Amino acid sequence: MGAGSLIVLIICGIAFAGGGIFLSQVLAKTSTNPQKGEAYECGVPTRGRSWIQFNVGYYLFAILFLIFDVELVFLYPWAVVVKDAGWMAFAEIVVFLFILFLGFLYAHKKGALKWM
Amino acid sequence: MLSIAEIANSLQQWLMATFSPGWATLIEFVLVGTLVLSFFAFLGLVLVFMERKVSAYMQLRVGPNRVGFRGTAQTLADTIKLVVKEGLTPDGADKFLFNFAPFLVLITSMLLMAPIAFAKDFQIWDINIGVLYISAVSSISVIGVLMAGWSSNNKYSLLGAMRSGAQIVSYELSAGLAIMSVVILVGSLSLNDIIASQQNGWWIFKGHIPVIISFVIYIIAVTAETNRAPFDLAEAESELTAGFHTEYSGMKFALFFLAEYVNIFIVCAIGATLFLGGWMPLHIGSWEGFNHIMDFIPSSVWFMGKTFFLIFVIMWFRWTFPRLRIDQLLNLEWKYLLPISLFNLLLVTFIALMGWHF
Repeated sequence: MGAGSLIVLIICGIAFAGGGIFLSQVLAKTSTNPQKGEAYECGVPTRGRSWIQFNVGYYLFAILFLIFDVELVFLYPWAVVVKDAGWMAFAEIVVFLFILFLGFLYAHKKGALKWM
Repeated sequence: MLSIAEIANSLQQWLMATFSPGWATLIEFVLVGTLVLSFFAFLGLVLVFMERKVSAYMQLRVGPNRVGFRGTAQTLADTIKLVVKEGLTPDGADKFLFNFAPFLVLITSMLLMAPIAFAKDFQIWDINIGVLYISAVSSISVIGVLMAGWSSNNKYSLLGAMRSGAQIVSYELSAGLAIMSVVILVGSLSLNDIIASQQNGWWIFKGHIPVIISFVIYIIAVTAETNRAPFDLAEAESELTAGFHTEYSGMKFALFFLAEYVNIFIVCAIGATLFLGGWMPLHIGSWEGFNHIMDFIPSSVWFMGKTFFLIFVIMWFRWTFPRLRIDQLLNLEWKYLLPISLFNLLLVTFIALMGWHF
């Protein structure tokens, strides 16, 4: 099967999830109660908003991830042809990874990898 | 010998001969859909039962043993219980995103089924960039996790989702680099080419120590990517109740649970395909008699055996290692695994260029 299988799989996913949720809505008993809509935290009603500011550390790691993920995308086409391209390709990737590694060391030195 | 591929081929020929091409394609699509759906449900049932039995034996317990023959129907009973539970949506939640997240997570794991070779010549979509497809699609699921945690309007969920997001994206790098070492040795992104290249020996045997290092890194990284213990901070029960799916109940919770288990199956199937030869039987150099005996075992049995062995290893981790803290987890990835896998990539390239692999 060709790319049409993607459509089949997406439809399958929607059918599986939708079917399950629909079935449970038909079969499950429901009751209304104001307490049921509250957040499941400690028993006391939540004070303030739940969409709060979170640790900036997550953001730093996300940016670092972005750098290395783009590098990974560059590496994929290289990985396919490196056996035919030979030593020249190897030397080039050593230089590429070396520059990237310097950036990584810089981030490490600046304390971006330290969890606050 | 009757193989799955022959059955599928003869079925397709019969369909093409009996119906007009349009109808035949439609019927084929419906058949594939039914097959995938039933495989999905079957996997969920088997893996949950396996998890409970494995953890029971690791702790010298018996595990579920009342419902059905030796407890085999236990997960079915659990599923029925989950279906008849009320599915709540909290008042403060973002209703659309809250209900959309389980769909996204489930569709992602469904899509990952496409390029996996379940047996010889038996694959839903023989895509020539299978490895790239896997790493591209699997990173969508983190959006579903973040969506679920953010929309729940619950601080536990938000924290769990943030941890989970940081963890999944971090370990994706090492997993990608580990996968790439096999791509370098084979010179192709197609899963079929990768399996074909392991005819005379699996990559874990042929590739010397660098490939073994890649395999170990891959297993660690996917354990973290699927949020399994010891990396299960995202739903660390003792501190965050249930992490990003705290507010989910009933069937919506079951869908997250199911997607998680199917993801474990998928990453183990990819690991088995890349490093352990997929459906390729165990062949040893020039032992003709031994190789001939191994060929008698069907290819689907080989594939499932390797995959379930890796799943067992990942379940074994859960009862062996204590949970890490978030800073330890990120340290392990960024200060150890990432530099090691970058250096290992160069080693593998060196071996591939020198032609030292068998």
